[in-house]
Amino acid sequence: MSTEPGHSSNPSTNTAAATATAAAQHTSIPTGHEGSVRDQFDAYLQRVRGGEMGMLPALAALVIITLVFWIATPFFITKLNIANLLTQTGALMMLAMALTFVILLAEIDLSAGVTGGLSMAIFILLTNKSSLPWVVALLVALVCAASIGLFIGFFVAKVGIPSFVITLGLFLGLQGLNLVLLGNAGAYRIQTPAIVAIMNKSMPVWAGWLMLLIMVGLSLGTGMYDRARRAAAGMAVRPMSLLWARVGALAIGGGLIVWLLSLNRSTSSVEIKGVPIVVPLALTVMWVGTMMLDRTRFGLHLYAVGGNPEAARRAGINVARIRIAAFMICSSLACLSGLFSASQTGTVESSAGRDIVLSGVAAAVVGGVSLFGGRGRLVQAAIGALLISMITNGLGLLGQSAGITLLVTGGVLILAATVDALSRRRSGSTSLARG
Amino acid sequence: MANPTIELKGIRKSFGPVDVLKGVDMQVFAGKVSALVGDNGAGKSTLIKGLSGAQPYDAGEVFFDGSPVAINSPKDASALGIEVVYQDLALCENLDIVQNMFLGREEVHQGMLNQAEMEKHAAATLGSLSVRTMKSVRQKVSSLSGGQRQTVAIARAVLQKAKVVILDEPTAALGVAQTEQVLNLVRRLADSGVAVIIISHNLADVFQVCDYINVLYLGTMTAQLETAKTNHPDVVAYITGTKSDTKIAEESVA
Repeated sequence: MSTEPGHSSNPSTNTAAATATAAAQHTSIPTGHEGSVRDQFDAYLQRVRGGEMGMLPALAALVIITLVFWIATPFFITKLNIANLLTQTGALMMLAMALTFVILLAEIDLSAGVTGGLSMAIFILLTNKSSLPWVVALLVALVCAASIGLFIGFFVAKVGIPSFVITLGLFLGLQGLNLVLLGNAGAYRIQTPAIVAIMNKSMPVWAGWLMLLIMVGLSLGTGMYDRARRAAAGMAVRPMSLLWARVGALAIGGGLIVWLLSLNRSTSSVEIKGVPIVVPLALTVMWVGTMMLDRTRFGLHLYAVGGNPEAARRAGINVARIRIAAFMICSSLACLSGLFSASQTGTVESSAGRDIVLSGVAAAVVGGVSLFGGRGRLVQAAIGALLISMITNGLGLLGQSAGITLLVTGGVLILAATVDALSRRRSGSTSLARG
Repeated sequence: MANPTIELKGIRKSFGPVDVLKGVDMQVFAGKVSALVGDNGAGKSTLIKGLSGAQPYDAGEVFFDGSPVAINSPKDASALGIEVVYQDLALCENLDIVQNMFLGREEVHQGMLNQAEMEKHAAATLGSLSVRTMKSVRQKVSSLSGGQRQTVAIARAVLQKAKVVILDEPTAALGVAQTEQVLNLVRRLADSGVAVIIISHNLADVFQVCDYINVLYLGTMTAQLETAKTNHPDVVAYITGTKSDTKIAEESVA
């Protein structure tokens, strides 16, 4: 036996000294943080080859599609079109992120779109017909959406109805409720300037730069914090240059976009410049959601339930609670998605949110969120939404018909699903047994 | 012989009219590997499910370190330090080794997962079991071999400071080299002072790694043997019921 029994087999949080010696004795298993930049890069390549591609396919597609449209039309990479793209993708991006929470559990919410529509119907009735302040009305709408999520979660987790069926029922039923509430009167105009501004106004130029500064600061800050904690625990840390590279890429890439958006992009005499208001809102939701998924017990348990519900249950995780919470988060974010699309058109119709939901699912899948559950991140859903918006936007600029756009979007979705299935099979088969 | 970590006396369990366990006695010792063998339907799983709290016994006494205890739920069992590694392992393939080892009992610092501490303890635990076959403790379980997965499941039990680890068919799905790895691991686990119970159909494995062999035959413990003092044909005879210990026969007469 290579180790003294007793102390090394029972690593306890209290006897830090004992575990420290145990760790020092057995440096045989690395943590993936050791080695030079070169080693890190090699390890990353090996993971990719093993099927853990993460957001690589979506990022590659983003670059390719950008290049293709850039070459095909001079109007694609322009100040005005980049701003347009960001606002066009806002609602879809929010819905894709909403759906990610339930797709991670290998569930689906077909009613997410109309949930957004219904909550906006409630919002518009409260603001237009009663004199409720818009903030209160928005909160009521959010609570309504969350309770729809609670309803779905209850039926899925407690009653045992497949989420596909219960949300299909709601998809039909909530459209009906929308019609009943709004009647056939057509579209209601939003009379709250603050809501319309989300999609149609931009922040002052200085606020855009401040936003970028906060993003870079948060990225650097969390990176440094993680390093400090690892160092305090006596664990290996990745080379500092990797963190600088990541923060630098964010600063340069983000800086380029903020700079473009800070120039006047108006074609008329009225000046339009600055980052659209929707951008910081969407980024905030993405940052909070990502922190929750990556760094809290709840997030980890969500991935665990998505990966293997039985294992999660045996580990003492309350699987039903996780499922219900995921559906509630999904419906709440769907309400924000509804808010974005209502802001974009400035109106609320009884058919609001009916058509967008499948595009939301497609966006998440194109970004690399696996419908089999347990794999995917919010940023991937966001990239997927951006991809789909770029296809629509670019083909539109090229004067292609809606038919062609749908054909291409469908093809990209099937391609993405194939990549997911293949990489899944691959990651299951690359067992690196060394006996 | 020292006092047993677990002692079962007169354990009974029936499902409706079927008596699955008919007064079973068994002893399990710290630092030793005890095999539980028997043909299908002998009552092995029922006996284990009672110990793990999944299916409490109808009658009989359970002593843990000499004092009587009641195990009525999986929580009771894990509070005593009894951990079961099931045949299907119950690992999340999409999570990495550290996440699986700590699943459900994560360490948290200011509301956030304490990744560095968990990584450190996971690496130390695997190190203490002399596990050297993994590339990284942050490797996803989906990329591990069957033997490595078994190792993670066992290490998870060790991390919970288990005093008794019950392994259900740990080598059933493994090749020769990986079986060897897992059996070595089981030996080291026992040598570190843990009482290990192995359920197995593979007598070669049992003879290689176990100190004691307990044979169940149709709900009765027909033999409790020291591995060193018995042989393969004898154990087969006990399992198939052609042979039975006099002690058990006397008891059933009484």
